[in-house]
Amino acid sequence: MGISTESQFHVLAVDDSLIDRKLIERLLKTSSYQVTTVDSGTKALEFLGVHEDDQSNSDIPSVSPNTHQEVEVNLIITDYCMPGMTGYDLLRKIKESSSLRNIPVVIMSSENVPSRISRCLEEGAEEFFLKPVRPSDVNRLRPHIMKTKLKDQQEDKQENKEEELGKPEFQSREEKEEQQQQQHHHLQQQHSNGNKRKALEEGLSPDRTRPRYNNGLTTVV
Amino acid sequence: MVKNHMQRQFDMKRSLLDQGYLDEQFIQLEELEDDDNPNFVEEMVTTFYNNSARLLQNIEQALVSRPIDFTKLDNYMHRFKGSSSSIGATRVKKECTIFTEYCKKANAEGCIRTFLQVKQEHACLRRKLETYFQLGRQAAGPSANAGGQVG
Repeated sequence: MGISTESQFHVLAVDDSLIDRKLIERLLKTSSYQVTTVDSGTKALEFLGVHEDDQSNSDIPSVSPNTHQEVEVNLIITDYCMPGMTGYDLLRKIKESSSLRNIPVVIMSSENVPSRISRCLEEGAEEFFLKPVRPSDVNRLRPHIMKTKLKDQQEDKQENKEEELGKPEFQSREEKEEQQQQQHHHLQQQHSNGNKRKALEEGLSPDRTRPRYNNGLTTVV
Repeated sequence: MVKNHMQRQFDMKRSLLDQGYLDEQFIQLEELEDDDNPNFVEEMVTTFYNNSARLLQNIEQALVSRPIDFTKLDNYMHRFKGSSSSIGATRVKKECTIFTEYCKKANAEGCIRTFLQVKQEHACLRRKLETYFQLGRQAAGPSANAGGQVG
């Protein structure tokens, strides 16, 4: 098991409209993303390796607990209005899943409904695009993907370090703590540099190693 | 002086934009074309006409059933309008908006009347786009894919 060094990012696009799936696929591929499209929220969850009755069952940060690093998704972009499971429902399920909640989610909609937009953002969506989606919108995806990718790499690195601890060389507890602090500090710097969009962006609590962006609202973990 | 095909195609596009048949979205689609995907716009338009035929049929049926299910109508029209918007079909989209307004007021007569306009604009644009793509093929030269009708 090693860190994936692939530089291509993989986006999962969800939309019941064939035309819009073709469009978003083309837009994403033009920006050099690897793309998978599905036509429903249910299929999206299947692809992500989550079954309806899955509880948060593991601490493994990979997308699918069963097939580690087989299907890695770096961002999910979904239409809001879909029959059956709406984009909002899908967003909620993703955020409720321990294995998926770190994947950034973006919502698209043909309707400009402020209450809808704020509801989605409050639930954890990174962005809300009005359709038809433009290349300039796709450009806005990159910071969100980079943020998560970097975090995953940090965690992978930490896991690798921990594996190495099994060797005869002894690493003192202080050394390990210092390492965590350094990684943390690095993460904090990344966040304050990158994200200028939301004034509500909260600072990271030093005690938590996996921060969750919740727009300043407190949540019970 | 006889204009070459490329010029004619360009002029036609200009005209379609000026007359409001197409909008900026169509231009955006063209900008997504490259050497690996040289026919993206025509593919999108073909998909649109294939899909929309079914939607229009659904709307037609919903309009003749009694009582009229306006929620269903709204639903169908929402999808149709979305697709129209995605290819930049401005005039079609406009009629869709008018239809939706009547639909929300449960105005059957308004819906039926407007639906005729929707179909008209839909068919008219199809003819124009067929010509447009034909010009494109001629501009590309005899080696270009002959292609078929739109939809």
